[in-house]
Amino acid sequence: MSNVEKQHLLTAKQMAEFAANGFLKLDEIVPKELNDAAYKEQREYTGPGGQYWNESKVIREIFELPQVKGAIQSFVGRSPIYDHSFMHIVRAKHLKGQFYHADSVIDTRPFGFDIQAFYFSHDAPDEMGPTLVLPGSHLRKVSNGSIARYKNIIGQQRMVSKAGSIGFLHHGIWHCAQPNFTDETRYVFKLRLRPGQEQRSLFNTDDYDSPEVRDIIKKAQHRWCGDEARVNQIQIAKFWRYLCGDDKVDASFEGALSRMGI
Amino acid sequence: MSTTRQQILILHLHDPDLESRTVAWALYDSTIPKGQLQMNTGDSNEPPYESVLDAMRDGWNVIQLPVMPIFRTGFEHEQGHLPYEYVLERKVTIQ
Repeated sequence: MSNVEKQHLLTAKQMAEFAANGFLKLDEIVPKELNDAAYKEQREYTGPGGQYWNESKVIREIFELPQVKGAIQSFVGRSPIYDHSFMHIVRAKHLKGQFYHADSVIDTRPFGFDIQAFYFSHDAPDEMGPTLVLPGSHLRKVSNGSIARYKNIIGQQRMVSKAGSIGFLHHGIWHCAQPNFTDETRYVFKLRLRPGQEQRSLFNTDDYDSPEVRDIIKKAQHRWCGDEARVNQIQIAKFWRYLCGDDKVDASFEGALSRMGI
Repeated sequence: MSTTRQQILILHLHDPDLESRTVAWALYDSTIPKGQLQMNTGDSNEPPYESVLDAMRDGWNVIQLPVMPIFRTGFEHEQGHLPYEYVLERKVTIQ
C-alpha cells in the first residue's frame, strides 16, 4: 500500500490522452544514473526474462521513484497486484516483426484494466524497432492473436523513446515488437499490474471536465476505425466516465450518451 | 506449360463501398521463398492502393467480400476486428 503526493499523480489531460489512445508515454522520467545502471545490468543478464524483476535491485528502485509510482497509482490504485513481468529483447539485425496481438486473453471486464509499463533503459530510435502500437484499439474485443492477419494499419506508431522513458499501455491495446535494423540489442522491460481497487478517480482529477480535457476525448475518432470511428469514440467516452468516477460526464460524439440516456 | 503462384492481398476499407479508402492492408506472397521475409508488421504507413477498386484496376481479383455487420440490441457499441475486409488474389507466372 502506498500513497504518493498529488503532484506525482497523472493530470486529467494525461489521463484523457490515455483514455483516448490506450497508452501514455512519459518521456525521460527515470534519471540517467539509473538508466545507465539498468542498461548495463540488462546487457549482462543471462537469466530468464521472467525472473529479472525478482533479481534486479535497479529495476525495483526505478519503479519506486515517486513519479513512476504516481503514474501507476493513477492507473491501478494504491495497492496494485503484480501479474507478471518480462525483459523483452530484440537482437541486433533481427528483421522479422512480431505479429499484431493483444496481450493475454480476451478480457471480460467492461472497463477495468491492467496496466503494462514498458521501460526503456536506453535510447530506442525508430530503426531499433520499439514496440508498435495502434492508438485507440484498446477497448475492442479481440483475442490475443486473432488480429495476427493484419500487417499495417493507418495511424500505427512505434514508441520511439529516449532512455528513461516509460510507456504505460492498456492491456487491450493492439501491438507488436518490431524489427531491429541496428547493430545493438534492443531491451524493454515490461511489468504488468492489476488494479487493487476500482479504477475510478485515481488520478489528479482537477479540471477533468474542462473544455481542454473534454476536447481530447471528443477528438478521439481514429482514422483506422473508418465508419466505426464514432462508435469507437463513444466507447472511449464511456471509459472516460469510468476513469473520472463520474457517470454523467459526457464527451461522446454529439452527446450520444446523454441523448440515449446512457 | 507455365507455372503460377498465388498472391493474396487483404484490404480493410473505411466502409462497405469498394471505392472507400483503405485503412489497413496485408500481403501474403507465395512467390517469396520460405524463410524469406513477407510483408512485415509496421513496414509501411501508406497503403498499396487507395481502395479495392484501385486494386481491381491494377489486376487484382476480389475473391471475398465482407458480410455486413449485424448490430444486436444491447451490444450496439461493442467492437472487435476490422469489419470491411476484402480478400484479393493475383496469379503470378514464375516460369
